[in-house]
Amino acid sequence: MTLTLFLVQMLNGLQLGILLFLVAAGLTLVFGVMDVINLAHGVQYMLGAYLMVTATALTGSFWLGLPLALAAALVLGLLLERLVIRQLYGRDHLDQVLATFGIILFVSEAVRMVWGSAPLAIPMPQALSGSVRLMDGLNYPVYRLVLIGAGLGVAGLLYVLVTRTRAGMLLRAGATNAPMVSALGVDINALFARIFAFGAMLAAFAGAMAGPILSVEPGMGDNLLILAFVVIVIGGIGSMRGAFVAALLVGLIDTLGRSFLTDILKLVMSASAASAAGPALASMSVYVLMAAILFFRPRGLFPAPA
Amino acid sequence: MGFKGLLASTALLGTLALSGAAAADPVKVGLVSTLSGPSAVLGQHMRDGFLLAVKELNGKLGGQPTEVVVVDDELKPDIAVQKVKGLLERDKVDFVAGVVFSNVMGAVAKPVTANETFLISGNAGPSTIAGAGCSPFFFSASYQNDQNHEVLGKYAQDKGFKKVVLIAPNYQAGKDSLAGFKRYYKGEVADEIYTQLGQLDFSAELAKIAAAKPDAVFTFMPGGMGVNLVKQYRQAGLADTTPFLSAFTVDETTLPATGEAALGFYSGAAWAPDLDTPANKAFVAAFEKEYGYIPALYAAQGYDAAKLIDSALKATGGKTADKAAVRAALKKADFSSVRGNFKFNTNQFPIQDFYLVKVGKRPDGKVETMVQEKVFSNYGDAYAEKCEMK
Repeated sequence: MTLTLFLVQMLNGLQLGILLFLVAAGLTLVFGVMDVINLAHGVQYMLGAYLMVTATALTGSFWLGLPLALAAALVLGLLLERLVIRQLYGRDHLDQVLATFGIILFVSEAVRMVWGSAPLAIPMPQALSGSVRLMDGLNYPVYRLVLIGAGLGVAGLLYVLVTRTRAGMLLRAGATNAPMVSALGVDINALFARIFAFGAMLAAFAGAMAGPILSVEPGMGDNLLILAFVVIVIGGIGSMRGAFVAALLVGLIDTLGRSFLTDILKLVMSASAASAAGPALASMSVYVLMAAILFFRPRGLFPAPA
Repeated sequence: MGFKGLLASTALLGTLALSGAAAADPVKVGLVSTLSGPSAVLGQHMRDGFLLAVKELNGKLGGQPTEVVVVDDELKPDIAVQKVKGLLERDKVDFVAGVVFSNVMGAVAKPVTANETFLISGNAGPSTIAGAGCSPFFFSASYQNDQNHEVLGKYAQDKGFKKVVLIAPNYQAGKDSLAGFKRYYKGEVADEIYTQLGQLDFSAELAKIAAAKPDAVFTFMPGGMGVNLVKQYRQAGLADTTPFLSAFTVDETTLPATGEAALGFYSGAAWAPDLDTPANKAFVAAFEKEYGYIPALYAAQGYDAAKLIDSALKATGGKTADKAAVRAALKKADFSSVRGNFKFNTNQFPIQDFYLVKVGKRPDGKVETMVQEKVFSNYGDAYAEKCEMK
């Protein structure tokens, strides 16, 4: 277990964290501002990847395909808000869970009918397909570094958007007291629709960016959605800053747990017991983290003002 | 599912009506496959393979008009049992065929065989059914689960690899896979990495592999997990230094997604699209013409399952009532399998050859698995002796 290996694993954790942040950001926006539990956020991530498959195939270029896919995701987000989500404002959370779960089933099946059930691929942009040698025998794809950069860029952009612009101000106001914002003459429905579509676009961006390194397949968003919920609960529901910190935390804990827990356990127990317990503990680690944080800070690391 | 199933059966019924079939009741086959969810592509291959065989036989098995009822098990054992009960009680099928996944097979095998209906596996071959739990009504047209892993273990041993890293998802089939590999591989296992089921990013594991510097890597990563692992293994530069041995990871269901990233990767199987038998050449050509994609082993096994039923019904003159006669006819395996060498063991699982296959490029630029060398000849599984059936 050398220092280089440790640093490489930190980098891997960072990259997973960034991906999680992109998904969790939209989720926490919708949950925090609109008080809607959107289980369908995972399929929006998946949809983003599929739209990207089609967009890159149509345009023949990653860079032309990306804005096209994002625009399509935005439109689909608006459509979904109009058709389904709008009926759910102010309803019971159980209703929202049921309805958005229905969306999962519907979209997954629709995706399967349109694109088929075999996993698909998004070609990596030529300019970014190189790699850097980080340690002996292991190349680190440049694309992954770009993914980290893009994620950080989006995080910065969101920060400016939320704290420095009028739209961000409305968004924060909406999170604090939506009826009051509405009473002050802001068209709250239009605001909600935009937030929802923007969240959908963020998820789609994550899916589109993840496409070249991951396989594009039905159900690809399911696991990520659970982690994204863990992230927003740890970070404090509705808090963008919380989502960012929590996403990096979860990414690092998960990756470091997967890479080193078995070896660490081998120091204190037999090899076979360690290789049985290690992976089990590693997959539990983020949930243990969540439980611990909720014990000390029941409303998350950065609770949104009540 | 229901719609496609209906479509398939109505299409077949249509051909019957045209041919003005004999008055006898049609032979009914229930085809159970996984047709929704992330793993649906495996079930799609199997269904298409089976239906192709029926179509080539003009909608008849054993010369009898045949109705195929396709059902989707959704990869959920409880749902599979419900649907299979429907096949047995409502449709009164003569055969149940298919089943991609072992957990589904574990759930449906009992209800089908207890009903004295023949169950022809198109893929799943769990050790329980191959061993003590064998049944006179169960036939496997595929393989026993351990065998494909054993092929790679044997190859790694013969090749003299001194140190390997094993990586598989942390669930029963993953553990069985590594155990199967180690049954023949006696060298050093530098690391056994268990990953979460459904994991998509393997960067942490790949860094560990690079640090361990093994002679080869063996993995079992079905479906999308395998696609990701293959692509990331290539991107990490490990493909150039460390041979990638795998089972159920690189095949024609995942190659469309991995493409050339998988070139040169190894797998173990009883069949590959380029396997040189006359029956196979005809099958692959017909399949690609009909469906527009390269068949995977699931398709080949589905095709063989239909041919097996056809051969048995031919021998009984199309009669299905005399179960003993049907069983005796099935046991003969009197059909030309796309795998060439094919006969049944005492546990009614196949005795066949297994090959090391390698991903290569066809002249038309598409990638598929290609036979490299025969690793096992006339190979039966390790569980047959535990089966007390005669």
